Amino acid sequence: MATGVAAWLPFARAAAIGWMPVANCPMPIAPRDNSRKQDELIILNVSGRRFQTWRTTLDRYPDTLLGSSEKDFFYNEETKEYFFDRDPDAFRSILNFYRTGKLHYPRHECISAYDEELTFFGIIPEIIGDCCYEEYKDRKRENLERLQDDQEENKDLKQPNLNFRETMWRAFENPHTSTLALVFYYVTGFFIAISVITNVVETVPCGTTTNQKDMPCGERYTVAFFCIDTACVMIFTVEYLLRLFAAPSRYRFMRSVMSIIDVVAILPYYIGLVMTNNEDVSGAFVTLRVFRVFRIFKFSRHSQGLRILGYTLKSCASELGFLLFSLTMAIIIFATVMFYAEKGSSSTKFTSIPASFWYTIVTMTTLGYGDMVPKTIAGKIFGSICSLSGVLVIALPVPVIVSNFSRIYHQNQRADKRRAQKKARLARVRIAKSGSANAFLQSKHNGLLNELLELTGSEEDEQKLIKCTSLLESQHHHLLRCLEKTTAHEFVDEQVYEQNCLETALQTYPSHSSSIASHDSPAMTCCGASGKKNTPLPNANLPLANPVPSHRGPLQELSALHIPLSHTSSRSNLNLRTDESKRINCKSGRITTAIISLPTPPALAPDSDGLHGPPQRRPPPPLGHPAAPSIQTTTSSAGTNIVKVSAL
Amino acid sequence: MGIQGMELFAIGVVVILFMAVLKQFGILEPISSFEDSSDSDLELSTVRHQPEGLDQLQAQTKFTRKELQSLYRGFKNECPSGMVDEETFKTIYSQFFPQGDASTYAHFLFNAFDMDRNGSIRFEDFVIGLSVLLRGSVTEKLNWAFNLYDINKDGYITKEEMLAIMKSIYDMMGRYTYPCVRDDAPSEHVDKFFQKMDKNRDGVVTIEEFIETCQKDENIMNSMQLFENHWMMEQHQN
Repeated sequence: MATGVAAWLPFARAAAIGWMPVANCPMPIAPRDNSRKQDELIILNVSGRRFQTWRTTLDRYPDTLLGSSEKDFFYNEETKEYFFDRDPDAFRSILNFYRTGKLHYPRHECISAYDEELTFFGIIPEIIGDCCYEEYKDRKRENLERLQDDQEENKDLKQPNLNFRETMWRAFENPHTSTLALVFYYVTGFFIAISVITNVVETVPCGTTTNQKDMPCGERYTVAFFCIDTACVMIFTVEYLLRLFAAPSRYRFMRSVMSIIDVVAILPYYIGLVMTNNEDVSGAFVTLRVFRVFRIFKFSRHSQGLRILGYTLKSCASELGFLLFSLTMAIIIFATVMFYAEKGSSSTKFTSIPASFWYTIVTMTTLGYGDMVPKTIAGKIFGSICSLSGVLVIALPVPVIVSNFSRIYHQNQRADKRRAQKKARLARVRIAKSGSANAFLQSKHNGLLNELLELTGSEEDEQKLIKCTSLLESQHHHLLRCLEKTTAHEFVDEQVYEQNCLETALQTYPSHSSSIASHDSPAMTCCGASGKKNTPLPNANLPLANPVPSHRGPLQELSALHIPLSHTSSRSNLNLRTDESKRINCKSGRITTAIISLPTPPALAPDSDGLHGPPQRRPPPPLGHPAAPSIQTTTSSAGTNIVKVSAL
Repeated sequence: MGIQGMELFAIGVVVILFMAVLKQFGILEPISSFEDSSDSDLELSTVRHQPEGLDQLQAQTKFTRKELQSLYRGFKNECPSGMVDEETFKTIYSQFFPQGDASTYAHFLFNAFDMDRNGSIRFEDFVIGLSVLLRGSVTEKLNWAFNLYDINKDGYITKEEMLAIMKSIYDMMGRYTYPCVRDDAPSEHVDKFFQKMDKNRDGVVTIEEFIETCQKDENIMNSMQLFENHWMMEQHQN
């Protein structure tokens, strides 16, 4: 029941009294609604704009957000109003829906924003009123097409494992995919052009030397033309066979328009080869040569505009049909009239109605060759009417065809534009992603520095570090750290990961490392698990080559990773003094890697116990390098702020 | 001869085209367009109605001020022009009975509400009718029901009138009922009704017979109170 008439329900029930005297049996008991609230004004505060309405208005549609108890979630006790943090402009139409029962779609509203609002408030878009429904559907379809185009392009890129045949087919269909395909594309295009040009030039009369009449070039240089023709046809044949081989569905390929054009383009040559110079069939042979001109249609693979044109014509088939039909009708009518009008005049060219067809067609299309002209007055009158009506009849279906073409053309333009914008978009997305990943790694590093500074007791640097992250960020980072702890793996940067992979290949000191690793394992609790699981064992032979000071404990021999990012020297310098920590500047631009390893504070004795305390407070050591004792970060941007902190 | 004929034909065509062109220029207009000048005026008179004041309505009906306010708001919401015509009324009423065809009964109902028989229900009619139905005494309600059944308002309910009413009520049921509505069910029902109501067997039911019979029938008396309570409950809390 349309809830717009819910207001009339009490009336309808009252009017039921009219049935009572007629009824023969007692009526059922009326339902009692004990929990009815008073009809009060409800204040809806949507982003600051206050809307007020009766509660019963909202109750009309109980399966939406505003009509059900779901809105209680948005109730603000202090201000006694319902607060929604949504767009107030879109909310207007939604509230009007409750009031009038009709949902309207405002034209200036973006379709996806509006859809989101509708979804939020629990209203299905199908109840949009007839006045706005068409517009809504049109824009929705447009939007969908836009999204679909995006998805199709994505699909193209995601096909890693194709077999040879599929690769070939892809190369044929999208020449941009590989250089070989591009080369093939250009070569075939070139040969199509050559073939068409030779067909044309063949018929041009070359200068004569001894003969009286001009010979066309084709007959003069028969051999040359034959060679060119053969070459072209061979290329086309090879291309066709390759396409046939690579096509996923050969039957469908053979039925497609392009393949038929291909076949028609090369067949005349072979038929010509087969046939001898028989006099009877040479007429047919000449006709076959005409089909060679179909090679020009092969260009449609190379030109998108041609394809659009072809597609437009196909999609406007009905308009074209109508055009043709109306023209035919008009031609017959006017031809008849002209014939009878001109019948009386002597030496008239209008000898029969079919003969008048020619006149009518030439006149209606406003060509007016002038080889047939009416001479009588009646003929002239009707002739002028004919030419005027011809203009009209032709002008009518043309705008439809033009608008179709324009729509399809713009769609294609849009696809091209989007392809160009896509690269920029992907780059932005990548930067955003890496920015947040780096922020996380940076915060880890800051956390360590923080703790380090706590230990070393320099307060002011600690302050500098702390204010760098907002609450949201710190919670997010905490979440990532929890994930790290759960999986006992760590987030690292891409370059470092690659380097780790390199290092596993360069394992040269397994024994030394393994002994250290075995020392490590009892010392690390959950942190140590990470060290065990990762394949790259700590490689003390990193190109750091700084000698490990001997007073370090065994755990400290593992030096920090070499951070390969910036050009400036990113070697971990184990001998840096701690006062350089004052140069820590969290505002120093991109910190792209932070392979964090823990410094053992100099105050604590370098024994395994001493490491129990700090490591548990700190984030786990980096991948494969348990307890590497120095912290090091580099900035990739300017490269001048190399901050190295280590404690010895 | 043929030339003659064609030339005449050609001249005829030329004359026709000439007249078409002249019409475009407005020279021939007075001849052809004298009938469409009066259309524009009709649209101006908006069919709108403002009800009497709240006080008068309060005097005429048994509703409180708040109830009248609430009723008017609902009424005006559905019919912004302040008047309900029969088509709208039928549409609204039919929405409550989706399975059947409520238009005939709605027609009778419309006539019962439209007291001054001007083809539209104003708010006063609406509210006065409702007042009788919901707050009126049993006699008033029975009067109202009699008025509904008496289609031509002559003071007598004939069998034909009753049959029409009965058919319209059965129409509201629609086709899918259990047990299936037989074709003679309405007339059977009418016969029963007349047996009960028509005391002097003169083939018509007068208002006195009607009220008397209904007052003796317990079922009917109970059902008269049925909707009243509910409505009062609803409105009581407004």
